Amino acid sequence: MNAITPPPMVPPTVPVPTQPTVDSRFTVPGIHCAGCIGKIERGLALVPGVASARVNLSAKRVAVSHAATLDGDALIEEIRKLGFEAERAADNPLARDDAETKRLIRALAVAGFGMMNVMLFSVSIWSGTDAVTRGMFHWISALIGIPVVAYSGRPFFASAWMALKYRRTNMDVPISIGVILATAMSLYETLTGGEHAYFDGAVMLLFFLLAGRTLDAMMRGRARSGIAALLGRMGRGAQVLGEDSTARYVEAEKVRPGMVMLVAAGEALAADGEIVEGRTTVDASMLTGESDPRPAVPGDLIHAGMINLGDPVRVRVTAAAQDTALADIARLMDEAGQSRSRYVRVADRAARLYAPAVHTLAFLSFCGWMLAGAGVYKALTIATAVLIITCPCALGLAVPAAQVVAAGALMRRGLLIKDGSALERLAEADEVLLDKTGTLTLGEPRPITLAMLGPRSRAIALGLAQASRHPLSRGLARALREEGVEPAAIEGISEQAGSGMTGRCDGAEVALLRSMVDSAALSADLLIDGTRTRIAFADPLRPDVRETIAALHWQALPVAIASGDRVEAVGAVARQLGLFATAAMRPADKLALLERRAAVGHKVLMVGDGLNDGPALAGAHVSIAPGGASDVSQQAADAVFVGERLMPVATAVRVARATMRVVRQNFATAVIYNVLAVPLAIMGYVTPLVAALAMSGSSLLVVGNSLRLARAAGKD
Amino acid sequence: MTILGFMIPLSLGMGLVALAAFFWSMRSGQYEDMDGAANRILIDEDSAR
Repeated sequence: MNAITPPPMVPPTVPVPTQPTVDSRFTVPGIHCAGCIGKIERGLALVPGVASARVNLSAKRVAVSHAATLDGDALIEEIRKLGFEAERAADNPLARDDAETKRLIRALAVAGFGMMNVMLFSVSIWSGTDAVTRGMFHWISALIGIPVVAYSGRPFFASAWMALKYRRTNMDVPISIGVILATAMSLYETLTGGEHAYFDGAVMLLFFLLAGRTLDAMMRGRARSGIAALLGRMGRGAQVLGEDSTARYVEAEKVRPGMVMLVAAGEALAADGEIVEGRTTVDASMLTGESDPRPAVPGDLIHAGMINLGDPVRVRVTAAAQDTALADIARLMDEAGQSRSRYVRVADRAARLYAPAVHTLAFLSFCGWMLAGAGVYKALTIATAVLIITCPCALGLAVPAAQVVAAGALMRRGLLIKDGSALERLAEADEVLLDKTGTLTLGEPRPITLAMLGPRSRAIALGLAQASRHPLSRGLARALREEGVEPAAIEGISEQAGSGMTGRCDGAEVALLRSMVDSAALSADLLIDGTRTRIAFADPLRPDVRETIAALHWQALPVAIASGDRVEAVGAVARQLGLFATAAMRPADKLALLERRAAVGHKVLMVGDGLNDGPALAGAHVSIAPGGASDVSQQAADAVFVGERLMPVATAVRVARATMRVVRQNFATAVIYNVLAVPLAIMGYVTPLVAALAMSGSSLLVVGNSLRLARAAGKD
Repeated sequence: MTILGFMIPLSLGMGLVALAAFFWSMRSGQYEDMDGAANRILIDEDSAR
């Protein structure tokens, strides 16, 4: 690789002089085992210019450190040669969430450390110590407890402060008041050599509550990284032709009108433009919901978000970034998304009732004991005990514990839920609105039938199809693999853009070519020794659509179709499935339909994939997008399901409802516990020992109850 | 009871060491790829060289 030949005595292990390297990150959804890690890391290490490659299996990403001369496309091509599809990873959009989770984990670790050590001294005190030792132990507890409360309590104090500043109240207000009051009281006890200090109670409270918060944050993080791995297949950039007709990669935001883009088969357009060279077929289903691809010839205007199904074309950009048809949809989405932020989560709704009740109760017990003539000190001690006992320890765990278990179970069944609020809203849904193209259907061309192909033809077809990235080839390869076909060995395979694949198999000339018939309907020709077989393609329904609709009906959820496709195409599917359907809807129409349903009190679950569904997904009470959906739709939706089956949608609703049942049980447990413990606290019988037992007992009960969900979610 | 003067700092010190070790492991990115670490032991080194 170097121009200078190294002297012969230099051992071959000496590395090439180090050049400045740059780091690139790629998403590789196909990584799933140790074999893949080894293959990619070793394979890339052999590529000249690559310094090192490191696979992250959890995030399905590859970080490559390489010479600046090597560009992203070359690396993607190298990864493709190793047998994996790769995409450029976006600049870590999740970094902020990650930092939040890490802060919580650190606070949890500190609280855990404090809890265990303070408890060590508390147990000795409860076992009975003389006044001098007790005083010393209280001092040590204070030395550990106060810094721990100050560090680990920050997430709660900050959130409570924000709420109070806007004259609202949330769960963090009673928590903060309880913890601060308990710490202050205990400090006073320590200074005056008193008998009861609540440092253990305050720190334990923080530990349990932080456990709940951390679980919640980790659930969000896991789902988001899962979704991030699916993103990035759609027109994030384009190959732009320079003056000297060399192509270079340009990010979508940097594409300018007047540039000429080279759009390969299977690629999405990054900007609106006019075809200047080449004839092709474009799929507008993501943009408009139309399922039939339409032919496009020089002079035709095609839009960002459309996918080129046919031959490579050159497109002169007429509008880019903020001016494309896509940007209008984005604006609609922004407006639609605002309505959802008004949703109040279950825990906060409970806090609205709970916080005033708890504060009144503590205040009343203080007044009561003052009236009874107990003195300020005694009355304040009892009021603090009431606050600690009623602190929503179980409540703080009740919701996240149940939701994390449910989200984990759903993730194993192929549905990624973005956060707990999505589960809550999913449980409330009472109507389902489905998009047609890409949601009820697969959204990819598949051969209508393989019946005309014999076993040998099938093997050859798979051998040819699997070597190409063309959408038709991919659809054909997938369908054949599902039939259990083994690919035939094809020699001298070559792909000619715009024409097809050619090669030799057992001495026979074989080819998979674009159809001779020039029609809008998709088809390909398989050529074996001069015999031509036509394979027609269509976008089929997902395999379990009927079962899913039946399951949704069984859960008392009426289903309807809202599609942007033509009336005839939608009508055919609607009749086949026996559903009510509305056709030819523009993005704004879908949003208006949702608003009409919401106005009469319905909570609609929207399922859709296209860019045209984006506003509806953002505006619906709750929404789900398939894994093949456009980036914006996946980002707008509350959940994403992967795979070809639609059933995860029905499963999600069922599990969400089961989760809310468990959450309500957990709330009931917390209420019963309070009904039993609060009178004791008001009477003044609660010592730090009783508080510690009550708190850990109720928390364990709640977590145990939530774990039952894992089993409930497991059965169909 | 003088043993307490020795034992208490010791127990606290051990707790702090564990806490510091956890913070260090988190900062050095050991929890970034849990599935990867579990799978990497299965990679056969010999076939590579």
